[in-house]
Amino acid sequence: MMHRYFAIVAFALTIFANVPASLAVQPNEMLPDPVLEQRARNISAELRCLVCQNQSIDDSDAPLAADLRRVVRERLVAHDTDQQVLDYLVARYGEFVLLKPRFELSTVLLWLTPALVFAAGLTLAARAAARQPAAEAKPLSEKEKAEVAKIMADGGP
Amino acid sequence: MIVEFGHFALILALLVSAVQVIVPAAGASFKDERMMRVAEPAAISQLLLIAIAFFALMYAYVTSDFSVANVAANSHSTKPLIYKMAGVWGNHEGSMLLWVLILALFGAAVAIFGTNLPPTLKARVLSVQAAIALAFLLFSLLTSNPFIRLDPAPSDGNGLNPILQDPALAFHPPFLYTGYVGFSIAFSFAIAALLEGRIDAAWARWVRPWTLAAWMFLTIGIAMGSWWAYYELGWGGWWFWDPVENASFMPWLAGTALLHSALVMEKREALKVWTILLAILTFSLSLMGTFIVRSGVLTSVHSFAVDPARGVFILAILIFFTGGGLTLFALRAKDMQTGGLFQPISREGSLVLNNLLLVTATATVLVGTLYPMALEGLTGQKISVGPPFFNMTFGPLMIPLLLALPLGPMLPWKRGDLAGAMQRLAFAVLIAIVAVVAIFAIGHRGPWLAPFGIALGVYVMAGAVIEWANRIKFGKTGLGEAARRARNLPRSAYGTLLAHFGVGMLVVGIIATSAYREEHILVMKPGQSLAVGGYNVTFTGVESGRGPNYKEDFADFDVKRDGSSIARLKPSKRVYDAPPQPTTEAGIHASWRGDLYLVIGDGQPGGGYAVRAYFNPLVRFIWLGALIMFIGGGISLSDRRLRIGAPSRHVPRAIPVPAE
Repeated sequence: MMHRYFAIVAFALTIFANVPASLAVQPNEMLPDPVLEQRARNISAELRCLVCQNQSIDDSDAPLAADLRRVVRERLVAHDTDQQVLDYLVARYGEFVLLKPRFELSTVLLWLTPALVFAAGLTLAARAAARQPAAEAKPLSEKEKAEVAKIMADGGP
Repeated sequence: MIVEFGHFALILALLVSAVQVIVPAAGASFKDERMMRVAEPAAISQLLLIAIAFFALMYAYVTSDFSVANVAANSHSTKPLIYKMAGVWGNHEGSMLLWVLILALFGAAVAIFGTNLPPTLKARVLSVQAAIALAFLLFSLLTSNPFIRLDPAPSDGNGLNPILQDPALAFHPPFLYTGYVGFSIAFSFAIAALLEGRIDAAWARWVRPWTLAAWMFLTIGIAMGSWWAYYELGWGGWWFWDPVENASFMPWLAGTALLHSALVMEKREALKVWTILLAILTFSLSLMGTFIVRSGVLTSVHSFAVDPARGVFILAILIFFTGGGLTLFALRAKDMQTGGLFQPISREGSLVLNNLLLVTATATVLVGTLYPMALEGLTGQKISVGPPFFNMTFGPLMIPLLLALPLGPMLPWKRGDLAGAMQRLAFAVLIAIVAVVAIFAIGHRGPWLAPFGIALGVYVMAGAVIEWANRIKFGKTGLGEAARRARNLPRSAYGTLLAHFGVGMLVVGIIATSAYREEHILVMKPGQSLAVGGYNVTFTGVESGRGPNYKEDFADFDVKRDGSSIARLKPSKRVYDAPPQPTTEAGIHASWRGDLYLVIGDGQPGGGYAVRAYFNPLVRFIWLGALIMFIGGGISLSDRRLRIGAPSRHVPRAIPVPAE
């Protein structure tokens, strides 16, 4: 049923297949310390709501997302660094929870795509440029210059 | 009866398209003019037949004929008329019908307006176009038939998802599809050129207007979707790097590259082979977008299994056209004559850089979108690729693109002088520096890169205007002379000016709203006030009400600026009757400075309501920029040079525009 529902939304929307999130972060979830709260928000934007389609826990109003937001804040209050919070959640939920995958063997291609494609394109363009004869126009020979002068004097061809 | 009529018309359209695939192509091979000419009436009748089918389905929606399964599943008798009509494409089957309708519309347009096309090229273009139609008509009839009846008919329908009952979204798919499908013409022209074994500047002149039209509609379609998400989803986000969004963004990026490379080909006969390849790739990305959205393969690997027939069918179509196109390209491309030569520092060179960066960006989005699925398929490892990844990889690619954007038009064709072009841009750089200083003076807080991002957008905007000022010799001759030059400037130059200016606005809007957004999440009780974005907002209370097909609780906020009341905002929470689903409606007060954006949440145990208040500075620049790009495309399209079938102007221009 849920799949069917998601499928219909996705079909009809064509893009933006997001379920409406009314109020993701609730006022009572927030930490009193604004610095800590801002860190919690930043971390939340990097974490996937595991039961949603493509939302961070910061954007989702699913109950699981609320639980994860609470976990993030608990860890921060317990003096974890941002990285420790992320590690803690990866340990519990797997790499899937990270919206920005880590750079490792299985994601090498993903991370290097921009550089590789750009380099390949640049190489191809450079090779094509090297193949083409110099576009530099040769200066006119004396004979050609005389011809031009003659044509100009005659008032055009 | 009318529904059966539509069903029958759709089957006839399939047969007509089969004829249109075979006969004109055979005619082009045998040089048989009568066979080639079959393409035109076939393309027009195909359009008429699909239009009959489409309007038959719309009739079923408008009359709420719930004996049609598609109507019963997606409509409801109490739905407002406009959403009944829009409901036709608010579901899988109907949206595929819209897809083929637009495809046929483009095909018929080539048949009618392409009077100056060489006969064999025209026959082949229409034949390829019909092959695409044939594939999708088969898909529609075999796996997604919208005309299937129900017996017994239910007394009422299931209704349309309420978040889709919105004017912007009702017209978002037709625009988006016009964009997607419009690139089919570029594809058909590319395949036809490969079959002909010949391609020249005239080819680019024919292809450009179609590509431009498709690009315009895709631009505005994406912008409408983004705007809708902004005000409807209730947290003011406007882009989420969602797979379905990426599906529409990839053809846009590739199409933008195609637009620019076709320009080089038209003017200088260079980049021929590349332009052909890009035309094939752009439409392939459109097809892949359709596949991604239709199969649901990316939203969840499992939903692919819900209806494997559809996913596999579209995958087959995708493989056939992309694979076939690329194979043909591999076989024939080396026979293509290469054209005009140029130095790296030249207009052509700058457009090669544009293409290189846009294609890299497309590849980044493509790999990011498909990687999780591929990795899971290959190793079983599940990863997510979301906004933080795309912002980190896509963003940096845009910086050199935007830096180089104003330089390109300043460089002459063939061989340019970079220092000279930069000199002319000095004023744009100056304006950008002033912008940075101004931002710090106003009081900058947030990421230190933000002011420079905004300056980059300002530089692009200023660069576009300076290029125009240069072309009319503003300040170098008298005002009267400049005005005369401005009038004589081709419309395509104004198109460039507006499109590039729009890009700059878009960048300013994106950076400003991302970096300087103000957010408050709090519990408010009636009578309490909040200062946000230079406004003073007082919460007066919550009331209940009823709309045509929903009931709602709406809050009332009094918005004051400098002590005087300027607006009352009523953000609400709705529950629709059918299907019973809650939505949030934000209360938005728009101004040039930015949007005040209020959302009301649940009542709290201790009294009061959860409230989210945002101030999104310059957020309108995002959609306004896209709109200006759209208008620029339209003005460029109305240029005499591009007008299809317009006789070429033989009278020499009164003032020849120097090649600078």
